[in-house]
Amino acid sequence: MTFITLDSIQKQFFDKNNQPHTVLDNINVSIEKGEFVSILGPSGCGKSTLLSMVAGLTQATDGEIVIDNDYIVNGPGKDRGMVFQQASLFPWLNVLENVKFPLKKEMSKQKASDQAKKYIQKVQLSSYLDHYTHELSGGMQQRVAIARALAMNPEILLMDEPFGALDEQTRTLLHDQLEQIWIDTKKTVLFVTHSINESIKLSDRILVMGTQPGRILTDIKVDLPRPRTNYKEQMLRIEDEIMQYLKSEIDKVVQEELNNESTH
Amino acid sequence: MNPLIKRIIFIVVVLGLWELGSQLQIWSELILPAPSSVGVALYEGFANMTLVYDFVASFRRLIIGLAIALFIGTSIGLLIAKSKTADDTIGSMLLAFQSVPSIVWLPLAMMWFGLNDKAVIFVVVLGGTFVMAMNVRSGIKNVSPDFIRAARTMGAKGFDLFIRVIFPASIPYFVTGSRLAWAFAWRALIAGELLSTGPGLGYTLSYASDFGEMELVIGVMIIIGVIGLIVDQVIFQRIEKSVAKRWGLEL
Repeated sequence: MTFITLDSIQKQFFDKNNQPHTVLDNINVSIEKGEFVSILGPSGCGKSTLLSMVAGLTQATDGEIVIDNDYIVNGPGKDRGMVFQQASLFPWLNVLENVKFPLKKEMSKQKASDQAKKYIQKVQLSSYLDHYTHELSGGMQQRVAIARALAMNPEILLMDEPFGALDEQTRTLLHDQLEQIWIDTKKTVLFVTHSINESIKLSDRILVMGTQPGRILTDIKVDLPRPRTNYKEQMLRIEDEIMQYLKSEIDKVVQEELNNESTH
Repeated sequence: MNPLIKRIIFIVVVLGLWELGSQLQIWSELILPAPSSVGVALYEGFANMTLVYDFVASFRRLIIGLAIALFIGTSIGLLIAKSKTADDTIGSMLLAFQSVPSIVWLPLAMMWFGLNDKAVIFVVVLGGTFVMAMNVRSGIKNVSPDFIRAARTMGAKGFDLFIRVIFPASIPYFVTGSRLAWAFAWRALIAGELLSTGPGLGYTLSYASDFGEMELVIGVMIIIGVIGLIVDQVIFQRIEKSVAKRWGLEL
């Protein structure tokens, strides 16, 4: 059953010379409940903007996003937890207080603590409850951010290049952790990335986006059992397929940059 | 060599030369009294409690004035951070006010409040208010948009968002604002007391000067310097450092 519907989403903005620019053009997507969907594309294709719209942080110029065939997104809500590229943890709060942040208003202190601890345990940071942000590595901060987004028990987990700033080893570790959390919690995940490999490793479906204007080029199903470490060959084949779609897009970006270079 | 040892040796040498010059009467005791005379003046001042009373009186004015300055400064800062109109009007005037040393308000203050504590406190308040307001404004304006976006996805908005995110995120600016406000207020206080009435450290300074007691003048100068140093280095810089570290503003 369709859980998230993106219905003819359009996003435009006007630049300094009042020229309209189309960031996103006619995006139509249906996402099933419990699906892990990656949004993959070159920089500037509007994938983060699209995610931000689902989160309710950005308004579409046209079209609408419907959740559970029930309501239209018009602002952030606790049914949608979000993890950003920068962990955005609050430095004045320790790990436990950060994860409790979304819970404060709706339950007793004790209950909030218990629930926060439960999710901190899921990201294996139980021994860091009273640590502050500056005492954690980038990977640990991102795990706390995941726990914080999960703590309010949202149906949907939105992730905007959450592992983009981490080193390769940490990233691999977090991929495994995220996969396990997803299997355990059955959340619907929308995962923005520019890493082809990452998207194939983690998702049920990959929405490949093109740029200028941002649009969906293709929708690829990844039908491989998890964990996928033993399916290198099949993964490579999917990677090739995606590369075919992206190659012309990447050329477009490079060409654009070269043009800018020569006019400046 | 340990920098502390270097510093101590340096101070001992300077004091030694100063004392020597005075003893050899290279300059007259009236122009620059010897460190030993200054020491005696300080000892006597503390022994007969006059310097203690001065100190207490000065600090009382300072604390009252600074508290009012921090309160008004924070209020103005919040107002101009939140309202564009207020920023365009009051905000632009603050810069002008801040570039005027607050002591120039003393003649007016004495007309309004009389030659008493209130006039000095008024000058102290003006000394601290504007710099606090400017820092609070910067603090609120510079809250990382990432924090606000993250908080919004967790259901925070309006006043709740302000209290739980915007305010704590700008605490480093509040601390810096308070430190600068203290520094301006402290200078304003001494200047105000010099021109006003006692008791107080500034008043004793001008009194000693009138009676040619240069050793007491230097003694009070030393007290003023030491207090400034202690409050700034020991109290404010420590708080500022630990806040900067926790808030991740330090390299």
